[in-house]
Amino acid sequence: MAKHHVEATVNGDAVEFLCETEETLLDVLRDTLHLTGSKEGCASGDCGACSVTLDGRLVCSCLVLGCEVGGRRIETIEGLAEGEALHPLQKKFLEHAALQCGICTPGFLVASRALLERNSNPTDTEIRYWLAGNLCRCTGYDKIVSAVKDAAATLRKG
Amino acid sequence: MAETQSNGHGYVGTRTIRPDGVDKVTGRARFGADFNLPGQLIGRVLRSPHPHARIVAIDTSKAEALPGVKAVITRDDFADQPSEFIPAGEMMMNYKDVVRNVMAREKALYEGHAVAAVAATSAAIAKRALKLIDVTYEVLPHVIDVVEAMRPDAPVLHDDLFTAGVEPKPDKPSNIAKRVEIVLGDIEAGFAKADVVVEREFKTAPVHQGYIEPHAALATVSEDGSAELWCCTQGHFIVRAHCARLLGLDIARIRVTASEIGGGFGGKTVVYLEPLALALSRKAKRPVKMVMSREEVFKASGPTSGATVRVKMGATRDGKFVAGFAELKYQAGAFQGSPVQPGVMCAYAPYDMENVKVIGYDVVSNRPKVAAYRAPGAPISEFAVESVVDEIAKKLGLDPIELRMMNAAREGTKAAYGPKFGPIGLEETLNSIKKTEHWNTPLRKWQGRGVASGFWFNIGGETCVSLTVNEDGTVSLMAGTPDIGGLRASLAMIAADELSVEYDKVRPIIGDTGSLGFNFLTGGSRSAFSGSMAVVEAAKQIKADCCARACKLWDLKPEQVAWERDRVRPIGDVADKAKPMSIADFAKVAGKTGGPIVGYGRLNAQGAGPSLGTHLVDLEVDPETGRVTILRYTVAQDAGRAIHPAYVEGQFQGGAVQGIGWALNEEYVYGADGKLQNAGFLDYRMPVASDVPMIDAILVEVANPKHPYGVRGVGETPIVPPLGAIANAMENATGIRFTELPMSPPKVLKALKEQGVTAK
Repeated sequence: MAKHHVEATVNGDAVEFLCETEETLLDVLRDTLHLTGSKEGCASGDCGACSVTLDGRLVCSCLVLGCEVGGRRIETIEGLAEGEALHPLQKKFLEHAALQCGICTPGFLVASRALLERNSNPTDTEIRYWLAGNLCRCTGYDKIVSAVKDAAATLRKG
Repeated sequence: MAETQSNGHGYVGTRTIRPDGVDKVTGRARFGADFNLPGQLIGRVLRSPHPHARIVAIDTSKAEALPGVKAVITRDDFADQPSEFIPAGEMMMNYKDVVRNVMAREKALYEGHAVAAVAATSAAIAKRALKLIDVTYEVLPHVIDVVEAMRPDAPVLHDDLFTAGVEPKPDKPSNIAKRVEIVLGDIEAGFAKADVVVEREFKTAPVHQGYIEPHAALATVSEDGSAELWCCTQGHFIVRAHCARLLGLDIARIRVTASEIGGGFGGKTVVYLEPLALALSRKAKRPVKMVMSREEVFKASGPTSGATVRVKMGATRDGKFVAGFAELKYQAGAFQGSPVQPGVMCAYAPYDMENVKVIGYDVVSNRPKVAAYRAPGAPISEFAVESVVDEIAKKLGLDPIELRMMNAAREGTKAAYGPKFGPIGLEETLNSIKKTEHWNTPLRKWQGRGVASGFWFNIGGETCVSLTVNEDGTVSLMAGTPDIGGLRASLAMIAADELSVEYDKVRPIIGDTGSLGFNFLTGGSRSAFSGSMAVVEAAKQIKADCCARACKLWDLKPEQVAWERDRVRPIGDVADKAKPMSIADFAKVAGKTGGPIVGYGRLNAQGAGPSLGTHLVDLEVDPETGRVTILRYTVAQDAGRAIHPAYVEGQFQGGAVQGIGWALNEEYVYGADGKLQNAGFLDYRMPVASDVPMIDAILVEVANPKHPYGVRGVGETPIVPPLGAIANAMENATGIRFTELPMSPPKVLKALKEQGVTAK
């Protein structure tokens, strides 16, 4: 069967690509568009390392087919920093030492941004439940929660 | 030349931003699966569907004929290796087993055991090719449980495995690979003095390290036999050594680059895909990339042992431990080499006891070969002992912290496993836990509080780093141990302080195997401990070199020049003879004073001080569902000296949460068919953010006198106390002594019902 021709927007840039039906959005991002910041930890939607937003909605890109994203807007970790300036979440993750190995970090950052876009002042519990779809095996989550709270405070100050 | 200790800017002990941080928050950092080469093929592994089967024949002809398939490998592509045990850090290894674990030979020994591998032009073709490989199996009876595997009538995995460490040597092979024992004093005499004796049997389930990054490797072998390999590993020099041996290559012919590593916890200290990718590339003459699926990670990479443990302890009425006995039966998986030895050695290590006897058995069964997992072996045996210690406290009506304090090992205590301890911080951790507000807060019904201590040795080992002073006065630091959680930051801080340069002017990288002398792997909590010693050594060379250059420039004698505080100065009578020179000043004149300024720190680091810790946990049991919620958690641990306190806290917090998973939820679940039933993150339930509270971390610093900054390894000890602390809190909450892990909701609910402890 012929490959699908897909046009979409990734981090604000127009992209077009060909993909097989069974290829996931994560496969397309990593292997075709060479955006390897999104990680594959499980390929079953259980770890969140491949988190991206699709028209503003947080999804596991391993659970979306590449041929489904035609005409849609995808934001990945590579689009989080604005120009040379790191996003407040990125800065706070560094300041709080909220990463150890760093493999889950892109997914946590993308998911945290999606949270703060909906809720500018989340409680610890709201942060923990929102991020329950993202596995981190190194940090025990403590410093991640602190970093997200601190970033929210920074963003609220504008 | 005179030398005084320099502490430059005093970065050590501060919370700097890690040098590799920006790359890791922008998605730029390249992990194992992020490397690609032009013309690369995709490799896939065919794995045994049977837990135990003789491999009668493998026919690869149909797969080889499939268009797009460029290479197929089986057992025939690896030369057999002689049986010979060699030390590998905290464990021993045997290449006869390694070659069989990476590719099954006579038999498949666990579900998921590699049987063949293919390299093809696409993943889809590789997958199709696997289905075309025809393997004839003779299915054999299997055994999964450790106690069943020890029975005389159990299916035997290896015909040539005779229990070592028993007299006389057995005349029949069995699944008991070895028996080990440590003895101190006389336990019979000790128990005779006891007023209270507690004896219990415990069971723990195998748990996986659970790193989020699956194993990945990219290999390219050229026609002349030179090989390059990129992979995620805790030790690329070790990968090089193993691959050279398995592929029959000279070590100098293989260059291994460690990618960023997405977690390891001990599980990335061994090889799985690496030799297969090299063998496929050698055959196909093209680069080959291989990445494991999560299912493969669970089925074919090492979990740690499940175990059965019996503990018997005696104490006097006033709380002095007078005797400790333990018998540990650890699952090794399909090949011998469980961490039972360290389990035996650690069991009673936190305590000052005169009479100790611990026996351990290393037992094979039809499971994946275990790999190291954070303080390998120790959480299991110390869980059992800490549970019994708690029970003794209850029987004697003593405060569990006071009881531990009374028996705590301290400087000068002779450990049952041999050495006399130097300065150690167990008492300090107990004291700091006792002083917390946490310890003194009241609890409600169905809530419980538990405390437990833990011990791990820590290791040093072969380490090599280079420091290069660049033309502009900046410093390039190269280390050879993968940075798994802040190593670059720690080493850069030490270098900046030693050379009195700004932290941001030191750029640390992890060099490949061609760029440095041999480095043992990141493991045993050794990389910051040993690496910082090597950095100090390299900086010492640079300072000595700069002093020698100053002598020439200033026309002074060696004794008239010294590195003081932050620069080289003329000293004594000639103190005002010349303007002192910093590292940056020497950088400017490097060319005319002898060329490049480089220090090379190389050593086999000795004197790793043990790290002890105490954990305190509050939890609540839901009597309707059996679910346990962790309400509050405090860790106190001796770090010696925390180079970067935030990353040390991170080790404490992460280890505690891994321990929470081990205690409450995680386990390998096997069916009667010998197949793993929960090979995915949905069913193998690791703690998520909403499962755990904040983890308070108390840094205790009892300096390690063998390290120039007092540093101890900190990474492993934090996973030791949680199992016992949580079991003790469960007893406190319910009155039930749980002896089997995980304390998952079905088990808790069943126990509550059996004991008649029900919701009111």
